[in-house]
Amino acid sequence: MNTRRIDRGLRRAHLALVPMALVALVCYLGATLWSLRISLSSSRSFPVSDFVGLAQYRRLFSNERWLHSLGNLATYGLLFVAACLVIGWLLAILIEREVRIGGALRLVFLYPYAMSFVATGLVWQWMLNPGLGIQEAVRRWGFSEFRFDWLVDQDHALYTIVIATVWQASGLVMTILLAGMRGIDADIWRAARIDAVPAWRLHLWVIAPMLAAPFATATLLLLTGVAKLYDAVVAMTQGGPGTASEVPTKFIMDHLFGRANIALASAGAAVLVLSALIVMMPLFYARARSNRRNA
Amino acid sequence: MLALLCLALPCAAAVAAQAAPAARPRAEVLHWWTSGGEAAAVRTLADAYRAAGGDWVDTAIAGNEQARAVALSRIVGNDAPAAALFNASRQFRELIDQGLLITLDDVAQREGWDAILPEPILNAVRVNGHYYAAPVSLHMPTWIWYSKVALRKAGVEKEPTSFAELFLALDKLKAAGLIPLAHGGQAWQDNIVFRAVLANLGGRELYLKAFRDRDPAAIASPQFREVLSTFKRLHSYVDAGSPGRNWNDATALLISNRAGFQIMGDWVKAEFSSASKLPGRDYGCIPGFGAHSPYIIQGDAFVFPRSTSAATLRAQKLLASAITGRATQLAFSALKGSIPIRADVDVSTLDQCARLGVSIMKDRSRQLGNDETWLTPDQNGALADILTDYWNRDLAVSTVQQRIVAALTD
Repeated sequence: MNTRRIDRGLRRAHLALVPMALVALVCYLGATLWSLRISLSSSRSFPVSDFVGLAQYRRLFSNERWLHSLGNLATYGLLFVAACLVIGWLLAILIEREVRIGGALRLVFLYPYAMSFVATGLVWQWMLNPGLGIQEAVRRWGFSEFRFDWLVDQDHALYTIVIATVWQASGLVMTILLAGMRGIDADIWRAARIDAVPAWRLHLWVIAPMLAAPFATATLLLLTGVAKLYDAVVAMTQGGPGTASEVPTKFIMDHLFGRANIALASAGAAVLVLSALIVMMPLFYARARSNRRNA
Repeated sequence: MLALLCLALPCAAAVAAQAAPAARPRAEVLHWWTSGGEAAAVRTLADAYRAAGGDWVDTAIAGNEQARAVALSRIVGNDAPAAALFNASRQFRELIDQGLLITLDDVAQREGWDAILPEPILNAVRVNGHYYAAPVSLHMPTWIWYSKVALRKAGVEKEPTSFAELFLALDKLKAAGLIPLAHGGQAWQDNIVFRAVLANLGGRELYLKAFRDRDPAAIASPQFREVLSTFKRLHSYVDAGSPGRNWNDATALLISNRAGFQIMGDWVKAEFSSASKLPGRDYGCIPGFGAHSPYIIQGDAFVFPRSTSAATLRAQKLLASAITGRATQLAFSALKGSIPIRADVDVSTLDQCARLGVSIMKDRSRQLGNDETWLTPDQNGALADILTDYWNRDLAVSTVQQRIVAALTD
């Protein structure tokens, strides 16, 4: 009687999942396969169904801008993920220790995540513009030699995007880690207090290893953010100066529409998805394993 | 909704009145003219269509790339608008090849397009002897604009007539503490500056060899090399805030007399006008250097997707002749900042820069197509990537030449 009810409940649950599964299959998987097919054709503005093998991929990897974009994405990804994790973690520790400004910090750092980057990116652009923003303000205060022109500097433009997106995303990391810390047995905190373990040692050697799963979750979320980085670049630098801050998604979008070359754009998308999978698979695997061990 | 309202209100008469003109030709027009001056200009086209007996349904989409993407996907998805705006270029060549556009041969014949349209525009709209697009505006992308006040302040007495004189003037502006060249560091604007140098310094022949013939020898030649280094030399005259700046913000520097020159299309006139600046009094316009400098033509044109409905076809034909009419063209050009597409319009009411442009256009040997006339959007984009990279970075000229050859012969 009881098991039958559970069975029926399970069946209903599965039934409720069907629409979502269909959407995932048709829209995500289907569209991915369709893009793969297009990337093997000679399509320009319209999809055509011929077959040119890997010609588009060869073109892609002889394209200066594409290679440069991939390099940019790797640099950006490393800096962004590392900075978000460190800052998010420090913030979580501060709030966990109920430092007085914790409440304010939580608001300040979670708030950006709720805002569209197209809007905040514009504000960042103004702030970082040497003629309008921080540099000009500091100079007017009397420091006439002050320089902060990364936004218009070939070698530093990418870092301004790191700064702005870290500002946006570290609040998310903070929330995830905070939730993880709240889930840790109260006895451990108490034991640490009784033994008078310094806070930094407690967090670094005791708590952090216990937060492996939340860290992995945060990293996964951040990495998806890296792969789809687009709005911040468009809003802040448009890939410039020159091609200094170009990213793969912008290359794909440009070729999909303005440059009317959907086959090359699809090849780019396929490469991007593949590299994202290669980077994220080990993380998925590690997380699944640690979940199973916990269960 | 209307039916619901009618239950509540005695408006059967109103519905009848609305139903009656349904027999009128009705055309949905998709375009990207959304800024103040552009919207005012497109209204003149809508008015002309209405006066000719049609109903204009306006679909404006901000951003030309977005608008074209929407047009393409609607055409492919069998939900095409009656007319869609494109640049008079190779952008709609694939639509023609796939047989998705109607021909306008009868309209072209009746209006005598062969005689009144400039050659570069004809080349874009006429494919294999058939006419596939109705041009509406001619812009010239490489005008050299200058602020009279700024030049006077820097001690530049007369407007430059060669690159040597331009560089002298730029040096004086720099010495006077002004921004010599107001430039927005975005790829398409870098590209415009390059085209200005190529057309004026390299000349018509080199321009055609590079863009039309995509001739590797011409691109590798010493003349092309000189064009590239002159282009790069201009970079030393822009201010630090240039990268990423919008074109109209660069024009604002001229309007406030903080900068001397700007190389940009004639759409900047709308910015000057809205700041109550007059050509000849507050600002000057140089079409190019020398008595025979080429006049680059960048046109906009409407294409008319094929449909099965005879009513739509009728509406499309009416639209094509209404928007290319003489009076419409004059009214439209005055607001858009462009010049009329046809040579048989009296332009004495237009501003002095437009009149200068029209008088240059009379000499067919000075008309020159935009690079998009010959290059696919893809090649054009690859070229823009290389040029903007070169503009912003220290690259050997020979490397740039090699890259351009590779991009255009790909």
